[in-house]
Amino acid sequence: MSETVAIIDYGSGNLRSAEKALARAGVEAGLDSRIIVTDKPDVVASADRVVLPGVGAFGDCRRGLLAIDGLKEAIREAVRVKGQPFLGICVGMHLMAREGHEHGTHQGMGWIDGVVEKMEPADGSLKIPHMGWNEIELTDAGRAHPVAGVIEPGDHAYFVHSYHMALADKSALLATTDYGMAVTAIVGEGNIIGTQFHPEKSQKVGLKLLRAFLEWRP
Amino acid sequence: MLKARIIPCLDVKDGRVVKGVNFVDLKDAGDPVEQARVYDAAGADELTFLDITASHEKRDILLDVVSRTAEACFMPLTVGGGVRTEEDVRKLLLAGADKVSLMTAAVKNPDIVRQLAEKFGSQCIVVAVDAKEVAPGKWEVFTHGGRTPTGIDAVEYSKQVAALGAGEILLTSMDRDGTREGFNIPLTRAISDAVSVPVIASGGVGTLDHLVEGIRDGHASAVLAASIFHFGDYSIAEAKAHMIRAGIPMREID
Repeated sequence: MSETVAIIDYGSGNLRSAEKALARAGVEAGLDSRIIVTDKPDVVASADRVVLPGVGAFGDCRRGLLAIDGLKEAIREAVRVKGQPFLGICVGMHLMAREGHEHGTHQGMGWIDGVVEKMEPADGSLKIPHMGWNEIELTDAGRAHPVAGVIEPGDHAYFVHSYHMALADKSALLATTDYGMAVTAIVGEGNIIGTQFHPEKSQKVGLKLLRAFLEWRP
Repeated sequence: MLKARIIPCLDVKDGRVVKGVNFVDLKDAGDPVEQARVYDAAGADELTFLDITASHEKRDILLDVVSRTAEACFMPLTVGGGVRTEEDVRKLLLAGADKVSLMTAAVKNPDIVRQLAEKFGSQCIVVAVDAKEVAPGKWEVFTHGGRTPTGIDAVEYSKQVAALGAGEILLTSMDRDGTREGFNIPLTRAISDAVSVPVIASGGVGTLDHLVEGIRDGHASAVLAASIFHFGDYSIAEAKAHMIRAGIPMREID
């Protein structure tokens, strides 16, 4: 039976590329996945996998999510109650954290014990946003992870962000990238995973990671 | 560490790729989606479409080009040219662009940068600065392909739009564009050093050394070039290998 992958549409930017990249990754994996961009809570609640993209600001994305009646509860149902695999991308990953400090303090979903803060690299010549291709370095936990573990030494992914997730508990840290500081690149715990970079914009490396997500059976 | 980026730019008119020398004498270099596919496979770090379609009625052709490109290419795509309103931005982003670049609209009303950055996020708002030298060490913003002076200082303007929320600046030296004599390095460095956001250097690339100079001497985060790639003078891989040899960190292509 084919799986349903719900990409959550809460008014946050361009979802076409996430949709197309997941579709391509599914084809490459020989899977018959149905990729659905949706804002319907019942579709999300019954999906086999959930993807939460996100561009823009933490607070705006959170507001967008809460503005749709029942959507937050539907995500919780699919991910926390049923334990379906979840992927958060960029601000979608940030929303997995306990709290965000972008333009005020906002509560996240609280799945990962971390706080989203403004990046302040010690080297003042480093540009913010951190924009472009940077190398992904896996932690031991990342190397052992079925999804993150497909990243190989020297693999690069496309980042664009000014805020990053600082983790209170490093056990959820699967990968970092170096930008004057060790920036959280991938986090994960149980059936949830999040990437600071954009796999849908990271060419082969991104498609490889999306494919591993579609094949993941946590 | 973060790598410098190479960004091929495709000038698109009525849905076809062209590239001008000083914006005249256009040559047809093919279908934009096919070219995008080639650059994606070649490991370009990003891609930019500059729409130079004059007629407003034909502008929707570009949306189709963007949407077909987004289906075939999984790399960041920036679209510029004639982007004026929130609706223009929304349509391009929904079609599959990751960033839009604003030019004349931002010169006329810099506050639109703030409005659009608040609405869509700084990460997708690029401001294109077309600058010409008006006195030694002094550069002015020009519009309309370098024909219309604005009286606005290019360095001050870049600082202003960055403060308003531009996520990146696409800096073109109008003195160099199409000449193949290399970037205007003093201009590039003056603006790169003045703003905290990344600067893409553009205008004048004729050799691979020029790409190196844009990053090393101009302090740009990325280099944009068109004709040296389109007409097969150099490949993206050759350009990256050359830059790596010059000590610039680049993402290698396997």
